[in-house]
Amino acid sequence: MSIRDLFTISRKKNTDNITKREDEKAFPEGIVTKCPKCKMIHVTKEIEKNLKVCTKCQHHFSLTAEERIACFLDKGSFVSMDDHLQTTNPLNFPAYVEKIEIDKKKTGLNEAVLTGVGALKGMQVVVAVMDSHFRMGSMGSVVGEKITRAVEKATELRVPFIIFTASGGARMQEGVLSLMQMAKTSVALKRHSEEGLLYISIMTHPTTGGVSASFASIGDYNIAEPQSLIGFAGRRVIEQTVREKLPDDFQTAEFLLDHGQLDAIFNRLEMRDKIATIVKLHVQGGVSHV
Amino acid sequence: MSKLMAFEEPVVKLREKIVELKTIATEAEVDMSGEIEKLESRLQELEKNVYANMEPWDRVQVARHAERPTTLEYIERIFDDFIELHGDRTFKDDASIVGGIASFNGQAITIIGHQRGKTTKENIRRNFGMPHPEGYRKALRLMKQAEKFNRPIICFIDTKGAYPGKAAEERGQSEAIARNLFEMAGLRVPIISVVIGEGGSGGALALGVANQILMLENATYSVISPEGAASILWKDASYAKQAAEAMKITALDLKQLEIIDGIIPEVAGGAHKDKEQQAIIMKEYITNTLNDLNKESAEQLVENRYTKFKNIGQYIEQ
Repeated sequence: MSIRDLFTISRKKNTDNITKREDEKAFPEGIVTKCPKCKMIHVTKEIEKNLKVCTKCQHHFSLTAEERIACFLDKGSFVSMDDHLQTTNPLNFPAYVEKIEIDKKKTGLNEAVLTGVGALKGMQVVVAVMDSHFRMGSMGSVVGEKITRAVEKATELRVPFIIFTASGGARMQEGVLSLMQMAKTSVALKRHSEEGLLYISIMTHPTTGGVSASFASIGDYNIAEPQSLIGFAGRRVIEQTVREKLPDDFQTAEFLLDHGQLDAIFNRLEMRDKIATIVKLHVQGGVSHV
Repeated sequence: MSKLMAFEEPVVKLREKIVELKTIATEAEVDMSGEIEKLESRLQELEKNVYANMEPWDRVQVARHAERPTTLEYIERIFDDFIELHGDRTFKDDASIVGGIASFNGQAITIIGHQRGKTTKENIRRNFGMPHPEGYRKALRLMKQAEKFNRPIICFIDTKGAYPGKAAEERGQSEAIARNLFEMAGLRVPIISVVIGEGGSGGALALGVANQILMLENATYSVISPEGAASILWKDASYAKQAAEAMKITALDLKQLEIIDGIIPEVAGGAHKDKEQQAIIMKEYITNTLNDLNKESAEQLVENRYTKFKNIGQYIEQ
């Protein structure tokens, strides 16, 4: 599957396959791992040590929420929140509950986002990490509620809120309730912002649809990982509408940076340091957050 | 002549039959008044029945009806002294969103809405009511202006969705929508959003972070079009009818999901059957809603909007 197939709704393919990149196939328990981009063969342990970034072409493999926390926050500082919230089936969609159960077992998460309080180089922050391995990271009621509560926690503690987004967008099986989570998370972020607090949005592969069109795009700082797919509408939908071939780099982080939609792209290997620096520049000086 | 919708077929057919019968009766000079009378009362009954038992898919047809009144048609019937204001001050004027200032029951207000075209030519100019980022940025500019002058904001939602195009992505469609959600949350004036036709996904919601959300009886509001949902669920867009049902997109569904605050009734058969009467009904509902919101302080308005959206969603705490 090429990168351009990722965000398109295909009639033939099951939606479950949409975000499955070659990464995942490339990461079995095996000893070696092949980079889907440059085809370089890596020793799995070595590439894991390198935060799952290809040493040859800098391809960023997708991370689970736990892996992200492990490589971003101070060791052992993270305390998760709202793991008790459970998804229901408000529209009575066939097989929805079963699908959620499968992904819960697969990821160890209660939903497609992991939230909690932790420390970044000693500075207290509230963090939310979306996990694309759980229903494509799509946002339904629980994801919306968890993010909203995390933002409210950050407002209450008067600390920065940092999110790593990875999502196909609003979750179809919860219909218009999913759509409304875009508004819900936004009203919480507005309140956090009015308190003069810092919000950093870090977009990772993929960040599309309703997530891209809500909290992901309104950080005080909008950051992305290299080559991440970021956009509102799906590539194939756009190609059908405009009837022209889109450039290969369309909707990549680099494309967005070039069009003025991002503050910066940070490589995963420098992410912790760079974000810590941004937070530090807000904690010290003019406005104190702690 | 308005387009025939499938669910209306029995009504239309019977009406045609009556006309036919009348013609025959006149031409042949026979008295058939008894039969005609019977059929006419049957027609009335049928009409009542058909319009009272509309399926979600029937409502989708009504919501998309070419003759369905648009934002500008309501504006001219409901508000006085409307002055349209253009442009986002950055890129251009997006004609798929209209906005301006007007007087409503003597109170200055700001009005913003998606605007479809009625003819092909107008639809091309208005991009079929599907905005680019500059449309949302114009809307936000007018909302901020309303806040400065302490004017309530009334939004009419009527779009298939934000435009999925190359230029829209390049200019930040996501950011434009997201920014509206975020900024609307903090506006210190009353906001009323009325879904008058199709409420398509994020492109609709970008005018929808309101204190009170109303929907016309046959309007729809959804995360994805029935066709889109069908092609995902059944891998076939022709299952749109089933999807319209499954996705819970009608005004009644949204009221039951506790998302919207009120349903504005439509004239029998849909708003397009009698625009004047529909505008009168709409005006009454907006008047009542605004009268209530006018009593709230700026702090209460922001707080209540927060609570309203915070409470949307269904989950279990275990």
